[in-house]
Amino acid sequence: MNLKGRSFLTILRDVERGSISPDDVNEYYYRNALALNNTINAYITLIKPQQSSSDGPLRGIGIAVKDNISTRGIRTTCASRMLENYVPPYDATAVERLKNNGGSILGKTNMDEFAMGSSGENSAFGPTRNPINTDYVPGGSSSGSAAAVAAEMAPIALGSDTGGSIRAPASFTGTVGFKPSYGAVSRYGLIAYANSLEVIGVISKTVKDAELLFKMIAGRDLRDSTSFNVDLTSRDVGRPRILVLRSFVRMADERVQKVFYDSISKLERAGFIFDYLDEFREIDYVLSSYYTIACAEASTNLSRYDGIRYGPRLDVAGNWRSYIEAARGFFGSEVKARIMMGTFILSAGYYETYYLKALQIRKEIRAEFERIMKGYDAVYIPTMPVLPWKIGEGIRDPKMAYAADVLTVLPNLTGSPAISIPVGKSGEFFVGGQFIGLRGDDMKIISIASEAENALEVVRHE
Amino acid sequence: MNEVKIGLEVHVQLVNLRTKLFCSCSSDYRGKPPNVNVCPVCTGLPGSMPSLNKKAVEEALKIAILLNAQPYPVSYFFRKSYFYPDLPKNFQITQYDKAGGYPLAHDGSLKLTSGKVVRIERIHLEEDPGRIVYEGSRATARYSLIDYNRSGIALVEIVTAPDMSSAEEARDFVERLTQGLEDIGMNIKEFEGALRVDVNVSYAGGERVEIKNITGASSVEKAVIYEVFRQKTLYEKGIRVERETRAWDEKRRITISSRSKEFEEEYRYMPEPDLPPIVISESLIERIKDEIKGSYEQRYESLLKDGINEELARKISSNRELYRIYELISSEDSSLKDVAASVLANELSYLMKRDSIERLPDDVSGLVKILMNYDRLPDHSTVVEHLRKWIRGEEVVIKTAVPEAEDLKKEIEEIVRENYSRIKDLEYNKKFEYLMGILIRKYGKERKKALVSALAEILSEMK
Repeated sequence: MNLKGRSFLTILRDVERGSISPDDVNEYYYRNALALNNTINAYITLIKPQQSSSDGPLRGIGIAVKDNISTRGIRTTCASRMLENYVPPYDATAVERLKNNGGSILGKTNMDEFAMGSSGENSAFGPTRNPINTDYVPGGSSSGSAAAVAAEMAPIALGSDTGGSIRAPASFTGTVGFKPSYGAVSRYGLIAYANSLEVIGVISKTVKDAELLFKMIAGRDLRDSTSFNVDLTSRDVGRPRILVLRSFVRMADERVQKVFYDSISKLERAGFIFDYLDEFREIDYVLSSYYTIACAEASTNLSRYDGIRYGPRLDVAGNWRSYIEAARGFFGSEVKARIMMGTFILSAGYYETYYLKALQIRKEIRAEFERIMKGYDAVYIPTMPVLPWKIGEGIRDPKMAYAADVLTVLPNLTGSPAISIPVGKSGEFFVGGQFIGLRGDDMKIISIASEAENALEVVRHE
Repeated sequence: MNEVKIGLEVHVQLVNLRTKLFCSCSSDYRGKPPNVNVCPVCTGLPGSMPSLNKKAVEEALKIAILLNAQPYPVSYFFRKSYFYPDLPKNFQITQYDKAGGYPLAHDGSLKLTSGKVVRIERIHLEEDPGRIVYEGSRATARYSLIDYNRSGIALVEIVTAPDMSSAEEARDFVERLTQGLEDIGMNIKEFEGALRVDVNVSYAGGERVEIKNITGASSVEKAVIYEVFRQKTLYEKGIRVERETRAWDEKRRITISSRSKEFEEEYRYMPEPDLPPIVISESLIERIKDEIKGSYEQRYESLLKDGINEELARKISSNRELYRIYELISSEDSSLKDVAASVLANELSYLMKRDSIERLPDDVSGLVKILMNYDRLPDHSTVVEHLRKWIRGEEVVIKTAVPEAEDLKKEIEEIVRENYSRIKDLEYNKKFEYLMGILIRKYGKERKKALVSALAEILSEMK
């Protein structure tokens, strides 16, 4: 059985018709995953598929799940030594909904520890490698989910996106990465990094694949008070009106800009209407307000890892304080750095200066985004400002790694849906472009991206 | 001026809630094996998220209104960060009045027995931590054991201004508050540790010392007496009182230093991003007001007018449902008022609490039967058993030995004789009605026909 290049949708169609069995599908991806994991390191935990007996729409087909999404009975590590042996007693709502649709879990994918990183290098289980060229990073933090889909190690995957963690690796691996509106998918069971910014989403081969899985996991969940019933009816936009934010495009290097502007010409020929905006008032504060909010929230979210209820069992003399201090040594260095920054930001005297100011700026960015979107269906900018870098380069230059998020954090600050698709190639690598919409317009963004995908034909899927 | 200033932070568990503040675990944690009433939320497992128990907001509002405090239309939850093993997330979800936050309510008051008014600064909602348990004593135990059954129980914190100036006043505040809570249906006395107090004491304008975690009004009084004595002694020796936190040792009746508080503690407050703001509408406030205050007093007054004693009246009026049933019964058969008051305030109120019953049946015929036969039921547990049947909608059958016709007549003659002095001047119909009331209560409605003919016979014989 060879399913190379096949989209999830066509596989499901063939399973429905009976021309392939769900077990053949599982066998194909599981074999590939086993064979390639030594090189790609996409999975932290890989699960041998059971014979499928499900008659739900997913028919028991295994899906890759990022290792910060809780899975009952399957260890969920967040790519951290802190949770190396942590087995959740419950399923995240998104996982529960996949299972209710007949899905199963193929494995838990590698990532930047606690989703902190944009390259996939910050993992206690070693870096994930880019299937296009294994000397290069696949992007992160949902590095394993993207690499698995790109390398035929999974038909489709769940990821999470706090500041670009789905779209960045999608861009670097030539896959589709969909970050839904904030609250469109329940976060219950997603191990929190920055609660007010993140959401669970999909990494897939095609936009239609992403849409299929998104519809299954979306919707209000009583266990997540920030979730809501997003409109899931299909939207035909006709000739989409798109706004290009030049001030963001200018942040990208020349190779990325060239591919990006080429894609605009092609899309115009396909009927897309483009306008250009030169200035976005708060652009200089997008990255700093993002990191301020994310680190502050992270520092309290990660307080619970003290080794008392779960996590490493240690033999430490002294009282509980010495125990907690020792246990917290199990965090990796990037995680420690962000906890320290967040702790500083929330300290008396700095709270107003940094945290409250960042919240204020986020409000202004939201207002500004809504203002510029008037009369447009979506904003269009590149996903990553650079092409994939070599493994190790980002760690030598952390500021470069942080700056790589400059184009992806905007939708997290505004709560917008955003989808990255391959829009061209530069050398051996793909360049990703993202469509961003107003919060709640998820189906509109999906529809536009699907049209763009057909018009550009960067990657051909059966 | 050597004045004593005392301010209190009172933590009250919302004992009428059946579930915890942010999850659906049972809030009934007392006397349970450790760590049974827990879930991913109240043990802070990775990925779990809090969702607010809306009834907790209503219960907290009752307390705010009881204390004449003003609710804020919008208030927020905050994370208060500190590391402690009984706190599973290592932050507590609470409310905060700085950094852009608002508590649930502010600026209330409570009147002491003396008539002095103690100002309430703010009232907020928060979660209780778990409990650390030691085998034997804290000093000798080999392990600290943690029980998270209490973790996530809904608490209301009431912060007073430093308006009390003696240990007696501090005790009186706690007693008045406890009574007030009981009046609005929160019987915290029946739950050990449901009310815990942190006391702030300063002497002669000196530093403020906080004594943490005191249970009960009389312990508050003892702790303050000791602490004032300690500070006064230091003051008279010319030694500066340090700003610190102390613990009350119930056995030795002294306070012990637990940590110095030279600097404001660093709690790194931040808004809780997983919870939306609490929004309190005028109509909600009106509804809660109607549920507790005006109507409590009205209920109480009308029970007194009915001749019910104060203790029973207080118990019945503090529970709307009990009062509703009382009214149904007394309109059905006013001769049952006294026995109804007693059964409602004792057996029925016990049963409602034991089985967490909030709503009672509208059809009270089963209850009437129990009340009429009350004197013939052997003990309280039988009464409770019959009440339970009534609430479940099962038929109430009370088996009693029915006397033979001849014996019945003798018994009735006896009853008539006992009551005769009271009824002899009444006209026949009134006489008859009064005696029938007594007889039916004793023998049950089912026997009415036999009773009527027997009584008519006796009365005509007596003419």
